[in-house]
Amino acid sequence: MENASIFVIMVSAILVNNFVLSRFLGICPFLGVSKQVETAFGMGMAVTFVMTMAGTLTYFVHHYILVKLGLEFLQTAAFILVIASLVQFVEIVLQKMSPTLYQALGVFLPLITTNCAVLGLALLNIQYDFGLIQTIVHSFFAAIGFSMAIVLFAGIREKLEISDVPLPFKGFPIALITASLMSIAFLGFTGLV
Amino acid sequence: MNIKNFTNGLIKENPIFVQLLGMCPTLAVTTSAVNGIGMGLATTAVLISSNAAISILRKFIPAKVRIPAFVVIIASFVTIVGMLMEAFTPALFSALGLFIPLIVVNCIILARAESFASKNGVVASLMDGAGMGLGFTLALFVLGSVRELFGNGTIFDISLLGANYKPALIMILPPGAFLALGILLALYNVVQIKSSK
Repeated sequence: MENASIFVIMVSAILVNNFVLSRFLGICPFLGVSKQVETAFGMGMAVTFVMTMAGTLTYFVHHYILVKLGLEFLQTAAFILVIASLVQFVEIVLQKMSPTLYQALGVFLPLITTNCAVLGLALLNIQYDFGLIQTIVHSFFAAIGFSMAIVLFAGIREKLEISDVPLPFKGFPIALITASLMSIAFLGFTGLV
Repeated sequence: MNIKNFTNGLIKENPIFVQLLGMCPTLAVTTSAVNGIGMGLATTAVLISSNAAISILRKFIPAKVRIPAFVVIIASFVTIVGMLMEAFTPALFSALGLFIPLIVVNCIILARAESFASKNGVVASLMDGAGMGLGFTLALFVLGSVRELFGNGTIFDISLLGANYKPALIMILPPGAFLALGILLALYNVVQIKSSK
């Protein structure tokens, strides 16, 4: 993966290794905030914003602070702190600079700190040994893949609400089975890259 | 009282089947029963230690910065557990891979820190951590066993379905994780509905 071209990274992040449906990262918001397309879209945008920034920032933290000081074993703790403060920072800045955007994304921001997609992405970028450009591309398109999955899923769940589901399957069980079918569809992309 | 804190997490408030917390590792690592138990025990170790540490420090942590403080405590224990696993169980460590550092963002741990350990004494918090952790392990073990049984015909690498069984590979692939958990949750609901009648 070290020398993977930008295009390959894009296709792989969105379709083949979709964060939700094949890597199982970010399942909590995927199941929790997918009852309506509108909120799912808002969540998707907030995650895209934070993931792109977090991916880039952790690249610098890893290569210019942790590696320089020989503290790679503190990776997990350092990254989660970076992500938590970044989320807090984004929240404050958005509130001041763009109240409309804050209104749209605000409620989702605190939830993102514990979204494992963000930390997972930061760790994967390091694991794959990506350069700066590759890191940014991978972060952005992985987030787009997440947003696409959650919006598609919300679309299906809106329909599920009005359909006749057997009582024990109501709520989460049928949602999980729906996710399974979506995941099967995404398996079709394996081998594309 | 402490016994009740312990048993609470096992069945009545099982983190997976009832509270639906910590879904990412649940779905990702349960390709076999062994992986499920390994992940469950690693999480349990972190949960017990972080619950105890947070309970001891709960009077010193200012309420305003409690969440970042909890996260740092949890991250330290995750790093320790990760290093121990790398040293003593390298095969399991590489099988679980990315999901060991990701224990930090497992919602169960922060949820127990916030809702239990920061309000209760050390012994009660230890019990709560052990109960919730073992409840999590139990759920992971069940899910891992089901997936391994149908996807590979074995449990703990012991063949159960005979040589003629054609494994349903889909159960080990990502879709099988969603499917198996969905059906298990539905079964759990059937039992709940039956017993409430």
